[in-house]
Amino acid sequence: MILSVENVSLAFGGVKALSDVSFDVKEHEVRAIIGPNGAGKSSMLNVLNGVYHPQKGTIRFKDKVFADMDSHEAAALGIARTFQNIALFKGMSVLDNIMTGRNLKMRCNFVQQALWLGPAKREEIEHRRAVEEIIDFLEIQHIRRTPVGRLPYGLQKRVELGRALAAEPKLLLLDEPMAGMNLEEKQDMCRFVLEVNDQFGTTIVLIEHDMGVVMDISDRVVVLDYGRKIADGTPEEVRNDQKVIDAYLGVAH
Amino acid sequence: MAIGTLDTFPKLLMHHAQVRGGRPAIREKDLGIWQTWTWKRFADEVRALACGLHADGLRRGDHVALVSDNRPRLYAAMCAVQCLGGVPVPLYQDAVAEEMLFPIQNAEITLAFAEDQEQVDKLLEILPRCPTLARIYYDEPRGLRHYKQPQLRSYDELLDAGRKMDQSVVDREIDKGSGNDVAGMFFTSGTTAAPKGVVHTHASLLGPARTAAEMERLGEKDVILAYLPPAWIGQNIFSCAQAFVTGYCICCPEAPETVMNDMREIGPTYYFAPPRVLEALLTQVSIRIEDLWWGGRRAYEFFMAVARRVGGSILEGKPVSLGDRLLYWLGELFLYGPLRNVLGMSRVRVAYTAGEAIGPDLFKFYRSLGINLKQLYGSTETAVFVCIQPDGEVRSDTVGPAVRGVELRFSPERELLIRSDGLFREYYKNPEATRQAKDAEGWFHTGDAGFFDAGGHVKIIDRVKDVGKLADGTLFAPKYLENKLKFFPYIKEAVCFGDLREKVCAFINIDPEAIGNWAEKRNMPYSGYTDLASRDEVYDLVRECVERVNADLAAEPEIANSQIHRFLILHKELEADDGELTRTRKVRRGFIGEKYEPLLKALYSSDSMVHVNAQVRYEDGRTGTFSADLKIRDASTFAPAAAKQAA
Repeated sequence: MILSVENVSLAFGGVKALSDVSFDVKEHEVRAIIGPNGAGKSSMLNVLNGVYHPQKGTIRFKDKVFADMDSHEAAALGIARTFQNIALFKGMSVLDNIMTGRNLKMRCNFVQQALWLGPAKREEIEHRRAVEEIIDFLEIQHIRRTPVGRLPYGLQKRVELGRALAAEPKLLLLDEPMAGMNLEEKQDMCRFVLEVNDQFGTTIVLIEHDMGVVMDISDRVVVLDYGRKIADGTPEEVRNDQKVIDAYLGVAH
Repeated sequence: MAIGTLDTFPKLLMHHAQVRGGRPAIREKDLGIWQTWTWKRFADEVRALACGLHADGLRRGDHVALVSDNRPRLYAAMCAVQCLGGVPVPLYQDAVAEEMLFPIQNAEITLAFAEDQEQVDKLLEILPRCPTLARIYYDEPRGLRHYKQPQLRSYDELLDAGRKMDQSVVDREIDKGSGNDVAGMFFTSGTTAAPKGVVHTHASLLGPARTAAEMERLGEKDVILAYLPPAWIGQNIFSCAQAFVTGYCICCPEAPETVMNDMREIGPTYYFAPPRVLEALLTQVSIRIEDLWWGGRRAYEFFMAVARRVGGSILEGKPVSLGDRLLYWLGELFLYGPLRNVLGMSRVRVAYTAGEAIGPDLFKFYRSLGINLKQLYGSTETAVFVCIQPDGEVRSDTVGPAVRGVELRFSPERELLIRSDGLFREYYKNPEATRQAKDAEGWFHTGDAGFFDAGGHVKIIDRVKDVGKLADGTLFAPKYLENKLKFFPYIKEAVCFGDLREKVCAFINIDPEAIGNWAEKRNMPYSGYTDLASRDEVYDLVRECVERVNADLAAEPEIANSQIHRFLILHKELEADDGELTRTRKVRRGFIGEKYEPLLKALYSSDSMVHVNAQVRYEDGRTGTFSADLKIRDASTFAPAAAKQAA
C-alpha cells in the first residue's frame, strides 16, 4: 500500500464535497477515480496533494499518517499532478516548463546560480539531461523551443505530464488527462501513461470520463457519487455494479 | 590491415577508418545534443556487429531486412551485413505489416533489424507467415520489456557479444568480398503490380556514386542530412554510397518532425529534395512573409524581383550590370542570406531535385537566392545518376545530359534506354521482369518517354504508355502539357485529350484557394468552387495561362502541334474518391474521358456551351444530381515560326 485514504470528509460551508470516503492505492498500480459530474473526483485529488484540507479523516502515504497534506509537503514526498485545465506557463518554452518540474531537486543557492558557478553549471547540465530524457520519452522533440501557448491542446496536456514526470514522482495524480482529445491523441496519452507506469514504476491515480480509457488502462476503480464512495474494485466488477449503473444512468424514483 | 582494392562498402569503411579515423562519419541528435561517430568508431561498431552476426549464423548471400528511420545504427547494421557478404534489404519504415510480408517472403529474409517497438510489432505480426525469419534485433528497448519471443534480441546485446569475440573472421570475410557481390536489394513501391526486388552490386552502387561525386567535387568536408526513407535507393546513394566514396559526414535528424530545425543547425553542403519538399518550404516562407507589415512585404517583393531578374545569372557567373550587382548585394545582406539561413541552406554547394517535374517559378526561386539547385534523372534500377545538369547548364525543363559513363538513346517509340555501369543486376527471382526491363544488349528500358533538346539535354515528357499521337502523326504527351498548366498557381489539375484527334483540348480544375484569394482581392463575392468555376473573369484568367503554355509549346518544334485549342473548367474538383485520380493524385485520363464523354464531345464540336447533368457524391456518402451549363472557350495558338521570331 503506497497510499490509503481513511474516512475523509470535506465540506465547503454547507456543501459536502466528500463524505467519509476511504480507499487505498497499491504500489505500482493504475487507480482510476470515476463518477458523474460533481461527484467529488477533483476534490479528492486536491485533498491528496494538499490543495484542500479535509475536516475529517486521515491520509496515509508511505507509512506516514497525515490529517491533511500541504502542497509543498506533498511535492517533496513525491506526489506530482496535472490539472484539468492545464496550468502551464504559457509564455515559456516547453523545455523551460518541464525544467520547472525539477525545481525541488535543485540544490544550488541563488548566488551560485546567478554567477553560474561550477556546481550550478554541473547541476544545470544534470537537470537538462533529465528533462531531455522526458522530452524523448514523450516524443516532443520538435516543440522543445516552442512557447507552450502556441501549442495545440493535446500537446499542452503532454507537456504538463512531462512537467509532472520531471519531479520523478512516486505517485502521479492525473486530472482528466484525456479530456478534450481526439481519438489519436487519447491513444497516445494512454500509451504514455502505461509506459510511465511500466518503465518508471510510478503509481498512478487518474480521473477520467472516457469509460473506454478507464476500463482499458486501470487496475482498480473507485466510483464516487455525491461525495460518497459507491463502488470499488476491478473495472469488470465496477462495470457490473448496479449502484454504478444507477448513478450513471439514473433510476426511477 | 591491408585493404586492397576499394571495391566494396566494407573495404571503403576500413579505408576511411585508417586515413581519416578522427573525422566525423555520422552525427545524430540525441537528447538535444549532436553526437558524433568518427570513422574509426563507425568501423569499430561495424566490426563488432559483424562478429556478433557471424556467431548468430549470418553467411554469404543471406538476406537481412532493416526497418528503421535514419539512425547511425541502421547504417552500421547495413555495413556489418555487407562485411559478411550478406545482403541488406532496407524496407520502408512507414509500411504496414502486410506490405512487409511480400519482401520478407520473396527475399527469404533470415534476420531483421527493427528500430523500435512499432517495427518489432509489425514483424511479429507477420512472423508466423515468414518461416525463414529466425531473428529480430531491436535498437530501442522501450516498451519491449515484457516481450518474450525467442526471436528477439537487442542490438546492444549483439554488439556486446561481438566486442568480446575474436574479430579476425570479419577481416577474412571483408577480404573475400568483391565488387561484383550483391550489396543491397531495394523493393520498388509496387503500386501497380507486385513489388520487385532490385538487386544491386557493390560496383553498380559505388560506380555511379563515385562519378557523380567527382563531377561535383564532393569531399570529406561535405555534410548531408539523411532525412528521406532509407529504403529508397536515393537515400542509400546520398547517405551511404557517396559518403563511403568521399568520406563526408552523414547527419541523422532527431525525429521526422524536427528536420527543418536540424537542417538549420547542421547546415548541409549537399542536399537533395523532391519538388514537393521544396514547394512546402516555399509555402512556409510565403506564409511568414504574408504576416509581415506592409513595408517588410514591399521590401521582400522588391528584392525578390531583383533576385528573379539577375540572381540566376550571378549564380552562374554571367555578366550583370553594376547597378543590378549592387542591388543584389544589398538584397544578399538583408534578405537572401538570412532567408537561406532560415531554410538551412546557407552552406549548400550542390542541391538536387528529381522525381517529378518541377515548376519553373519554384525552381527559379531557389536558384535566384543563390542556392545551386539542379535537376537530375535516375531510378532505382540505374542507381540514381543517369543525367545531371552540370553547373552553368541548369534549366527547369530538362534533366541535363548523360553523366560520364552512361549511354543513352531513344527507341522509335521515344522510350529512353540506358546502358551504364550502374544498372541493376536483376529483379530478384523474377527473370521474366528482368528480361522485359533489360534487353539482350544490356539496355535498360525506363518506360519514360522524352527526347534530346537542342543543347543535348534530356527532356522527359511522360510515361511511354501514355504518349500518343495526334491525327497528323505528331507527338502528343498529355502529362507534359498538364504539368505545364499545373505550374500556374491558379490551375490545380488539368486533363489533356488529343490522342488520335486533330487537336488538343483540355479540362481544367481551378485551384479554389488561389482563385478564391484572387477573387477576394477583387471584391468578387462567390459561393464556392462551382460558382468560381463558371465566372467569365476566371475563364479569362485561365485562358491567359493556357495561351502562355501555347506560346511555350510553339517554341519547341517536337511538340508545337500539341497547343491547346479549346478548354473548359470542370464544375467539380477531381477526386480520388470518385475514381478520377489515383491515390497518389495522378489523373486517370481514360476514366475521366469516359465519365465526362458529353463534355469531351462538346470540346471537339464548335459549341460554346455544354449542358452537364452529373451525379455527385457528397462526403457523407449520399449522392445527388447537379445540372448546369458549362462554358467552353477557345485559346489562341501560335505558329511555331512566329513564336521563334517573337522570342
